[in-house]
Amino acid sequence: MTMVTRKIVPYTLLVLLSLVFAAPLLWLLSTSLKSKDQLFVTKPLYFPSAPRWQNYADVFQTIDFVRLSANTLLVTLLTVAGLLISAPLVAYATSHIEWRGKKPLFAVVLATLLLPYQVTMVPLYIVWSKLGAIGTYVPLVLPAFLSAGAGYYVFLMRQFFMTIPNSLVQAARIDGASEFRIYAQIMLPLCKPVIATVGVLVFLSTWSDFLGPLLYLNDESTYTLSLGLYAFMQTHYVEWEQLMAASAMFTVPIIVLFFLAQKQFIEGIALTGIKG
Amino acid sequence: MPPGAGTVHRMEDGKMRRKANLTGLLFSAPFILGLLVFTLYPTGASLVYSFSDFNLFKPLTWVGLDNYKWIFQEKEVAKSILNTLYMVVLATPVSLIAGLLTAQLLNLKVRGQSIFRTFFYIPSIVPVIASSLVWMWVLNPKSGLINSLLDLVGLRGPNWLLDAAWTKPSLILMTAWGSGGVMIIFLAALQDVPRSLYESAEIDGAGAVRKFFSITLPSISPIILFQLVMNLIVYFQYFAQAFMLASLTNSGADQTMAGPEKSLLFYAILLYREAFVDFRMGHASAMAWVLFLITALVTWLVFRSSRRWVTYGGD
Repeated sequence: MTMVTRKIVPYTLLVLLSLVFAAPLLWLLSTSLKSKDQLFVTKPLYFPSAPRWQNYADVFQTIDFVRLSANTLLVTLLTVAGLLISAPLVAYATSHIEWRGKKPLFAVVLATLLLPYQVTMVPLYIVWSKLGAIGTYVPLVLPAFLSAGAGYYVFLMRQFFMTIPNSLVQAARIDGASEFRIYAQIMLPLCKPVIATVGVLVFLSTWSDFLGPLLYLNDESTYTLSLGLYAFMQTHYVEWEQLMAASAMFTVPIIVLFFLAQKQFIEGIALTGIKG
Repeated sequence: MPPGAGTVHRMEDGKMRRKANLTGLLFSAPFILGLLVFTLYPTGASLVYSFSDFNLFKPLTWVGLDNYKWIFQEKEVAKSILNTLYMVVLATPVSLIAGLLTAQLLNLKVRGQSIFRTFFYIPSIVPVIASSLVWMWVLNPKSGLINSLLDLVGLRGPNWLLDAAWTKPSLILMTAWGSGGVMIIFLAALQDVPRSLYESAEIDGAGAVRKFFSITLPSISPIILFQLVMNLIVYFQYFAQAFMLASLTNSGADQTMAGPEKSLLFYAILLYREAFVDFRMGHASAMAWVLFLITALVTWLVFRSSRRWVTYGGD
């Protein structure tokens, strides 16, 4: 292969594939700016010459977009906070404390990865409904504070914690530092990368979560964006321009987060040591 | 050594160990509490429910194996299992292969790598409801992006989400589009393959294809195993995307959540419907346990087979 083909072939492929991957999102954008009668223009490359920004404003009239966003943000931030408080604790206990439960507990963490959420879904729903918590955010948020159902994140953190030399911890112990101080002042600062990565991953999955809100929220004023958009689609399924505008507004924060936290998204995955 | 020093040491050791055990327990306490309340209790309860007729509004009555018999006799369950296997068997390799190929292309160290990487990755983080809506519109038989492109070259595209024969291929297409998460992990793995391996292969005159199969694949085989297991689990539990498309395809809401000719009735959707639409929680719990057993069995089989195809490097 000559130098030229060696460079041109991958480039052409990359550019073409990028277009393919971007096409649905560009289509979303162009639809969100179309007027009603432009919706069914069957020209794939058609981009409205006079973009109708009014569609975005209309979304705020049709649904309470501000409220939905605030609800979603509240649930997401509480979940991220809960998990980032509770998961590093158990990650530390299964990596740097020499106690009886160190290995068995880590085996349990791995075992929970195999448990389908469907197994716990029904009994948990019954418990929450008996406690009168249906319709509140408690069932969505409280489990995160106990790292429940978060085996994968605990696993990622623990793998990273393992890469911190135990001699650091031992030296601090000999100096008489309390275990909590070692954890808070030595371990956590060293493990910032994985904490940031898990934070971003949890943010992402909670922001987009559909099943949780579908099960537990029953009043429109408490809906999150996923559920709100789903309900919107059920009643306004002909208003594609508005649906696309709403979808765009739902997706943009995620894309912004990606650009802000690109390092955590991409390098974090390499750091977490799932590589073998 | 003065007499008794050993005993003192042993006492010290014992004290230290007790202290360590207590510290370990304290640090794990939130997790253990969560495990008991949100995992172990419901898992046990679910097993009990699976042998009973039960829902929120009526007390529990023991029905023995009836729910499991129902699973093996009910036609809809069989249909949902076939639909689910379709996704497991096709979507898993499609997302792994798409993810690996895009990662391999990116790993050629071309200029602008991070821009291309962004293009491939972003679709995988678009919220499910948004991506479902976008694809319903992209796949619209009349004015959707794909069929209007096909129209340009004089082809008539299928009815996609409205045609039972095309609903699952549509989902596979969406899977390939969303393979960025798989890609990112593969890319990290590819970047870790030692350059020296490729260099010595080049000296031996190995071509690109040969290098891919004899160096790249074995080097990243532990990651392939990890991704294979994670994706198999995901598709056995396949829910959100299909649920949206199944309950929204027709004009607005579709209470059966099954799609055209039940072609989108996946196991997890039927389970949800049994539990929360028809309130047959015994059925749903038995289905959940069958799913659990299948997941565990398949994972075990994959790990067993992995001894033959996964190589763990010396480093």
